[in-house]
Amino acid sequence: MTILQFFLWSLLKVVVVTLVMLMGIAYTVLLERKLVGRIQNRWGPSRVGPFGLLQPLADGAKSFFKEDLIPGAVDRPLYLLAPIISLSCALIPIAAVPFGPPGVGPDRFDFFEISNINVGLLVILGIASMGVYGIALAGWSSNNKYSLLGSLRSAAQLISYELALGLSLVGVVLRAGSLNLRTIVDQQATRGILSWNVFGGFQFIAFFIYLMAAFAETNRSPFDLPEAESELTGGYHTEYSSMKFAMFFMAEYGNMINVGCVATLLFFGGWTSVLGDRIPPPHNVLIHAFLPIFWFTIKVFGFLCLYVWVRGTLPRFRYDQLMNFGWRFLLPLAIVNVIGTSLWLAYR
Amino acid sequence: MTFFHQDVPLSWYLLLSALLFSLGIIGFLIKRNLITVFMSIELMLNAVNLSFVTFAYQWHAVKGQIFVFFVMMVAAAEAAVGLAIIIAVFRARATLSVDRIDLMKL
Amino acid sequence: MPRSSYNREGIFPGKSMQLILFFVFAGFCLAGAVNLLLQTHPINSALSLIVVMTSLAVLYLLLGAEFLAAAQIIVYAGAVMVLFTFVVMLLNAGREERTLGSRAAARVGFPAVVALLAILATIILHTPGLDAVRLGRDLATATPAGDHSNLTLLSTVLFHELLLPFEVTSVLILIAILGAVALARPGHEEGTAAK
Repeated sequence: MTILQFFLWSLLKVVVVTLVMLMGIAYTVLLERKLVGRIQNRWGPSRVGPFGLLQPLADGAKSFFKEDLIPGAVDRPLYLLAPIISLSCALIPIAAVPFGPPGVGPDRFDFFEISNINVGLLVILGIASMGVYGIALAGWSSNNKYSLLGSLRSAAQLISYELALGLSLVGVVLRAGSLNLRTIVDQQATRGILSWNVFGGFQFIAFFIYLMAAFAETNRSPFDLPEAESELTGGYHTEYSSMKFAMFFMAEYGNMINVGCVATLLFFGGWTSVLGDRIPPPHNVLIHAFLPIFWFTIKVFGFLCLYVWVRGTLPRFRYDQLMNFGWRFLLPLAIVNVIGTSLWLAYR
Repeated sequence: MTFFHQDVPLSWYLLLSALLFSLGIIGFLIKRNLITVFMSIELMLNAVNLSFVTFAYQWHAVKGQIFVFFVMMVAAAEAAVGLAIIIAVFRARATLSVDRIDLMKL
Repeated sequence: MPRSSYNREGIFPGKSMQLILFFVFAGFCLAGAVNLLLQTHPINSALSLIVVMTSLAVLYLLLGAEFLAAAQIIVYAGAVMVLFTFVVMLLNAGREERTLGSRAAARVGFPAVVALLAILATIILHTPGLDAVRLGRDLATATPAGDHSNLTLLSTVLFHELLLPFEVTSVLILIAILGAVALARPGHEEGTAAK
């Protein structure tokens, strides 16, 4: 395969994954609105298209046609840069996420992952942690007391929970012996559901910590005080309108999808089926290629439903309760998990 | 076209490192805001990290990379304490300009 | 001359890719560093420094140091620079001005730094043995067994031979945390007045 063919196939991969990600973001918004509606005993969007399925297109068109207002006293370069940073740091980590096993494409070309990095997990964590800048700069450049307060609170919350997030993943990495996401998933494929890291690997404490930290990292309920309308008139995106606000919105749901992908890869066995290696792979090439994506999508979908379920059910934390929870409960628990996992692995 | 089919010589990485280090020194001398001076120091540390990684590549010694790891840790600790000092200075003197904080006679 | 060369995992686009990547990201580094000097408001300097650090992370990747590239993004660009940005936003000291001190420093400093740079460049360009960079099987390996990943080798050496410096560094970070908390607290006068 020449360089030109390699580049064209890679470009195709990137375009397809980005489009699927953007569509995923749009339909996650719809999923949330319908699920929260059903939890609150109402329908959710149901008029635009069958079951409200064309609602995201209507929302996109509305966002496009809204007036794009830039207040006079803002710091313009930073004001325009902030949503760009947020959205990029939400879309880039999907490049390191594998959806399926290698070796399916021609000439050993990797169809199911944009780039297989040996330290893939660290890359995802690192780029997600750069999203703090979008929020901090949005509040700073808006030249508005409430925006600045909301953005600093949100940024402090994000960097506090990053620690618990990273430490909760150390147990999984210890068990797999590698940061390569493919290796971590392959290790969970042997006995199906029993060898998934959350059950067979005894990482349920780690999964609990990861879940809490992920809710806080994506600014979602019950940790969404920085963007609660009743508290801070909209927080860091008060001064933003139409497309720039839509970019922040998309960044939040993009982060949700990223976090869901990492959770399925590390704790729920990635693209492997519930029965694992006990059933032989199907002979039909098309089903053999399609089945991993099917399992992966089902698991991420389940995770997103969990997110929306928690949002519809729990009230939000106060800010000091939030910081207390992150530093005094989750962080020591994550350290205990690391110590416990390493002792257990050393004993075996 | 043959220009594009050569490898990158290691001396270019070291030249980049030297350039960044010099720019850091110039920043340290010229800038009048305490925080910007501190940022120039971080730039110098990063330039040195690049030299370490380059030499770790040349000598196939992974200890060069481990030293960079330690430099990063020490720089992070130094940044935390240094910024706390800067906050304390701002509380005492209400300014961050290097010229106005100077209490020395000359 | 073959235009593509295979490594262990598949296709590797070859030498021209490395050259282009080096030029692009070295350009970003230099542009960011020069912008740090030229900007008057510290928040713009902080953002330029972030650009420098992420470009350096890509250069570390080009030199085969994958873990260091990830650590540079997570620690430096994602934590240390967030700290800088917070302090700039909290203190809000405003733009800086050109004073007598800065002009004097520029007049003396520039020639000295140019001289230093000239000396360094001469030494670098006239040292024999700085071969070209060739990524492939001979990445930065500590042992002749070249099939271990960079991370495995780094962690083996770190936790076997250099365990004591590692533990001392963790104590250092603990001391830094305590010092920062003690320094940034509101101060003794308010404490005694509240009693």
